Amino acid sequence: MKKDIILAGVGGQGILTIAAIIGSTAVKKNLYLKQAEVHGMSQRGGDVQSHLRISDKPIYSDLIAKGSADMILSVEPMESLRYLPFLKKDGYVITSTFTFKNIPNYPEDEEVYAEIDKLPNKIALDAEQIAKDIENPRASNVVVLGAAAPFLGFTIEELEGGIKDLFGNKGDDVVESNIKALHAGYNFAKSKIK
Amino acid sequence: MQKLLLLGDEAIAQGAIDGGISGFYAYPGTPSTEIMEYAQKSKEVAQKGIHCKWSANEKTAMEAAIGMSYTGKRAMVQMKHVGMNVAADPFLNSSITGVNGGLIVVAADDPSMHSSQNEQDSRFYGDFALVPILEPSNQQEAYEMTKNGFELSEKFNVPIVLRVTTRLAHSRADIKLGDKKEQLKVKLPEDPRQYVLLPGIARRNYKKLLEMQSSIQQASNDSIYNRYIDGNNKKIGIVACGIGFNYLMENFDGECPYPVVKVSQYPIPKNHIQKLRKECESILVLEDGYPFVEKQLKSFFDEGIKIMGRLDGSLPRDGELNPNIVAKALGIKDSETLQIPEVVKMRPPSLCQGCGHRDVYEALNIALEDYEKGRVFADIGCYTLGALPPFNTVNSCVDMGASITMAIGASDAGLIPAVAVIGDSTFTHSGMTGLLDAVIKNSPILVLISDNFTTGMTGGQDSAAKNRIVDICKGIGVDPDHLRTIVPLKSNYEKNLAIIKEELAYNGLSVVVAQRECIQTAKRGRKQQAKNK
Repeated sequence: MKKDIILAGVGGQGILTIAAIIGSTAVKKNLYLKQAEVHGMSQRGGDVQSHLRISDKPIYSDLIAKGSADMILSVEPMESLRYLPFLKKDGYVITSTFTFKNIPNYPEDEEVYAEIDKLPNKIALDAEQIAKDIENPRASNVVVLGAAAPFLGFTIEELEGGIKDLFGNKGDDVVESNIKALHAGYNFAKSKIK
Repeated sequence: MQKLLLLGDEAIAQGAIDGGISGFYAYPGTPSTEIMEYAQKSKEVAQKGIHCKWSANEKTAMEAAIGMSYTGKRAMVQMKHVGMNVAADPFLNSSITGVNGGLIVVAADDPSMHSSQNEQDSRFYGDFALVPILEPSNQQEAYEMTKNGFELSEKFNVPIVLRVTTRLAHSRADIKLGDKKEQLKVKLPEDPRQYVLLPGIARRNYKKLLEMQSSIQQASNDSIYNRYIDGNNKKIGIVACGIGFNYLMENFDGECPYPVVKVSQYPIPKNHIQKLRKECESILVLEDGYPFVEKQLKSFFDEGIKIMGRLDGSLPRDGELNPNIVAKALGIKDSETLQIPEVVKMRPPSLCQGCGHRDVYEALNIALEDYEKGRVFADIGCYTLGALPPFNTVNSCVDMGASITMAIGASDAGLIPAVAVIGDSTFTHSGMTGLLDAVIKNSPILVLISDNFTTGMTGGQDSAAKNRIVDICKGIGVDPDHLRTIVPLKSNYEKNLAIIKEELAYNGLSVVVAQRECIQTAKRGRKQQAKNK
């Protein structure tokens, strides 16, 4: 088992939360893991990415080589495209379609969606809206994680365990609402990959 | 055996705890900050009474660590690479004093300048000070090297440099923890003058340090972190330093066909390198940072063998390594990849919405409309982003504290008024002494201290300046009539603008302190309050 995942977004959008849930799930399954994060200046509203690598064999590089990522998991659509050079030919892009516009020259939404549409393997979902629908607007990142769940090599129950580990000390309500967000994303993805 | 998922920085902190440390010393700086943060959150550190408070700057941190080492206890000081410049005076002299309790100096380098103004390589500092340098290739080694580093330091009577780069510092991996060592008790140096660097004593100590060099070299040759790994293809022999080793192995799935010398302890292991030289037709050096080893090998072998690396163009001269760059140097063909679509635009970092620095720059820009452009000297912190649109206010960012002193120099040359913009934490780090210069000369400058009560850029660590700025300025001797405070809020815009204009017009030293809490720490504080209810 080996999964190389690029997590993408804008500083503050919670990609490290996604990484932490996957990381905790992987370690419990006794898998090896490496996860390169971005700290410091870029966190101030700039583009951020994390290279997350999971394997049943020891992992050498902290960085994923170009053309070898199994998946780009993004909480922002334009950011999902920034890392395409890392994606394998048959790799998946899983992204929220909710645009985050903090630059004056952000392209038209349709231009961004058109590029995502060109990709052979993708799941694009309005995670923001889905999170609002289930009344947990802050969990859109976990919705995106849910949409990636069918491709991660973990069962949904194992990922639920990761959520419990991460949010356990914040109370049962927080755990439950995040598990709900996970399932909302998961169900969306399942409906798309028949 | 306990397994933890830790950042490289956190592995270093845990290694220090398990190695019997009594004091962490540091000033925040990316990518080193998380070492101290981990210590501050650790229950074990609290239970054992291990020191873990921030220092005012890297120099004071280094000196405090030397002080703890003097007492016989183990200490560590952590900083980003440019922090080594600030701490260079005590650091270089600490190899002359020698140590008592083990002393580790962690230098976190930032090749590719993810969050820095240069990509200097701290291995040169270790070499400069004639001390061993440890450069872990992974998080597990970072843990173990730190844990055992104190004893190495005590054995050779020198501080040890632990060099990491951003990639290792900020990458998480599963770590196996080992046994724990106890803290040492206070036991002052046997020689009461060991730390008295009067010329006569310094000369004696320096000779001892020089005599120690062959043992330090031998330790590198014998180090478990340095290895010769044989390979069948002798066309190239590879010297893989620190995490360069990982990128090499990544390309061959762990089975490199070429002979490899893995280097994680310096001085370079001459025994392994000589063997590689004998066995192979050429040498490729993989190292993150400057061509530190490559240069040494070139003089070592006196051009007798082809040496490839960052100097001959086999690898780029700047920026961090990655698996693709290493593949190219090895002649492995790139597979075709997707391109970034044109629709993707740059998204540089920016000041948070609602940040007080924004209000400071908005007012300052208008106030400066009466003057020619190019007179704002800024400093290191979030507010450096005032150099970017929409503000375009700032004309410099050089090093901690340089805003005030550069403004002084510019005003000496006739650029009047010159403006310095500096944050609270940067001000107490290295701005205060510059302000004293300005007071003594009554320099015609406006010093704008944008005080957000925290060390913001690195994530909101305690600022030594908190609630002290105005008193410090008074104490240094700033004229109270030209020491003004403002609250940078939209609702105060007119008032603030008037104050800044008045002080710009004053032909002498003015200090305006803009006081409003960082919105990130304020948000966190509110959350914490809600939780405590």
